[in-house]
Amino acid sequence: MRDVGIVAFAESQLTYGTTNTPVEMIVPTVNEVLKNAGIERTEVDFWCHGSCDYMTGQPFSFVAAVDALGAWPPIIESHVEMDGAWALYEAWVKIQMGEANVALVFGNGKSSAGDMNRALTLQQDPYTVAPLWPGLTAMEGIGACAALQAGTVTERARRDGAKNGNVLVSGSESADELLSRAVTSAPFRDHDLPAMADGVSAIIIAAGHAAKRIAKRPAWIRAIDHRIDHQNLGWRDLARSTSAAIAASEVGVHNDKVDIAELHTTFSHHEQLLINALQLRTDATRITPSGGALVGNALMAAGLSRFGHAARAIFDGTADRAVAHAQQGACLQQNIVAVLEGN
Amino acid sequence: MGANRCAVVGVGQTNHTTVRADVSIAGLVREAVDRALESAGMTLADIDAIVIGKAPDMLEGVMMPEMWLTDSLAASGKPVFRVHTAGSVGGSTAIVAAQHVMSGIHKRVLTVAFEKQSDGNAMWALSVPTPFGVPVHAGAGGYFSPIIRSYMRRSGAPAHIGAMVAVKDRTNACKNPYAHLHEPDWTLEKALETPMLWDPVRFIETCPSSDGAAALVMVSEDVADTMNVPKAWVHSTAMRSEPTMFAGRNQVSPRAGELCAEDLYRKAGITNPLEEIDVCEVYVPFSWFEPMWLENLGFAPKDHGWRFVEDGVTEMTGKLPFNPSGGVLSTNPIGASGMIRFGEAAMQVMGLAGEHQIDGAKKAMGHAYGGGSQFFAMWIVGSEKN
Repeated sequence: MRDVGIVAFAESQLTYGTTNTPVEMIVPTVNEVLKNAGIERTEVDFWCHGSCDYMTGQPFSFVAAVDALGAWPPIIESHVEMDGAWALYEAWVKIQMGEANVALVFGNGKSSAGDMNRALTLQQDPYTVAPLWPGLTAMEGIGACAALQAGTVTERARRDGAKNGNVLVSGSESADELLSRAVTSAPFRDHDLPAMADGVSAIIIAAGHAAKRIAKRPAWIRAIDHRIDHQNLGWRDLARSTSAAIAASEVGVHNDKVDIAELHTTFSHHEQLLINALQLRTDATRITPSGGALVGNALMAAGLSRFGHAARAIFDGTADRAVAHAQQGACLQQNIVAVLEGN
Repeated sequence: MGANRCAVVGVGQTNHTTVRADVSIAGLVREAVDRALESAGMTLADIDAIVIGKAPDMLEGVMMPEMWLTDSLAASGKPVFRVHTAGSVGGSTAIVAAQHVMSGIHKRVLTVAFEKQSDGNAMWALSVPTPFGVPVHAGAGGYFSPIIRSYMRRSGAPAHIGAMVAVKDRTNACKNPYAHLHEPDWTLEKALETPMLWDPVRFIETCPSSDGAAALVMVSEDVADTMNVPKAWVHSTAMRSEPTMFAGRNQVSPRAGELCAEDLYRKAGITNPLEEIDVCEVYVPFSWFEPMWLENLGFAPKDHGWRFVEDGVTEMTGKLPFNPSGGVLSTNPIGASGMIRFGEAAMQVMGLAGEHQIDGAKKAMGHAYGGGSQFFAMWIVGSEKN
């Protein structure tokens, strides 16, 4: 396998209710990640985009995004209807087969364009589940009831989020204060739910020499793997994330000490499920120091942002070995895990 | 190409028609997948990873349907990857799947693309008004007809060329048991009497709305060498994209298509595509795109694509058969149409195309395009290792 590293990361200020079009949202972040890398767009061999038509309420919504890339002369480009973390995976595949050396990947989402709790229901079985409109929160509630771990997890997410200037919410309440608040959607209190956001995330990855030329200390992607679970909630043990555990095992998360793990936790109970699935030791590993998706969940970008924040900890020497994680679907149905190393 | 060879060892497609009321979306997908696995002599248990493609989720109203299809494909615990690159998606999906093998990451990859148009309303889904965007409200035919008129004006093509292509493709489709339309009695005269839909595109010159799916099984060289089944070796793949519109853009022969073809031939070691490629399955949803793509892909000189059509070059008996399967003009499950092109190209070099087989086909091209003629995906497959 070729050595491939994350060499630059940028994410937009998260908002809710932006009036910008997707193209207007994407342009500044793409420009910023190129600037962070110190390269021209002509040096990018491959572009890959993650987004979802149901965010913007229009078919082919990604088509216009090509306008944000300066795609003239024509570029080599692809799109996944997945979180941007999987766009990174496709770019990694392209680099592995030698078709590219430098790739720019990005994800964008505008959660404010609709009622995402309802819209995400449309991921479910269209004949038997979706027509009942259960709503994502209710489905996640079933998972949370199966594996309830509330309060302290969210307290840390909010406190760490305050240090990441791009997040939507922050605070310093204690676990006891949070647990004394009203239950808004059993078993969740407001702080257990993701802060839905509009935002963009972009990453540049590069092979071997190109990576060393672009970054002082690339975050080398030592291994990356993604897996999916059954969709039907009744067929899964919702107290565990089987697909996350398989992906973590494939990439060897627990082969060595993990300094930080950026987990894509959209509901507070996910954190404990993922710590278990990835076999992380919380006494040795900082969990999601960026604050994660609980304090700002720009759908289709938030997973890629976890990769960016994990890489940033390698860039600045905070970590020598980091784990990046992203997920999508109800109750952690699909998970992608990567091990990043500085040396 | 990359360090590793990749071979198509299984090809499957559904029977296509306007409404496949006999199956669910999952049932439609499995019909194609089961046929592909059967032709490869494999089962779902043999598959390492699955790459799924389809056009906009709004065509059926299921958001990211691959997540729901996980259980229909026995994929729990495996990697499932979803591609969406507009009309080119069936081709792009096959390419992404092939690259999962060529990169050395996986050895046995299943790829499937589908569209069950009857579960929704494509004309509506393709015409949703977008803020700050150009309202089309006309579906694809209304969008592409001005580009076709531009081609006719530039090239001096006579008006009957489009109908000639349509009659050829509909006649070819009668040799393909999986094609949606089986209409054996078309003549040029009858074709020219069909109603004008979007001038100059007549009723016969436009694709049908189909329910359908296509699937391919692709494996690494070491696996392929142990298999006693027909194989199509992937000689090269290429993709290119450009913006939908800007001043001076050549929408008749987009630069992205030209560059994609040049890259494709270079990587396959092809210097004279007209002489070296035996058969093409090219994405022609409106008849006039055949002469336009003949030029864009470098087979015909500029403004001469229509002469190739008139001279019968693209007939099954011609020098460069285009769409012996009947093409998109006879079968169009949107998200699957590109993969059908890629799969039909593979079937030709595997010798599995039955009545629409081009004798002795050794190298074949699969082609797909999407958006406003701006996304291109192509591959060359051959009966011999590259």
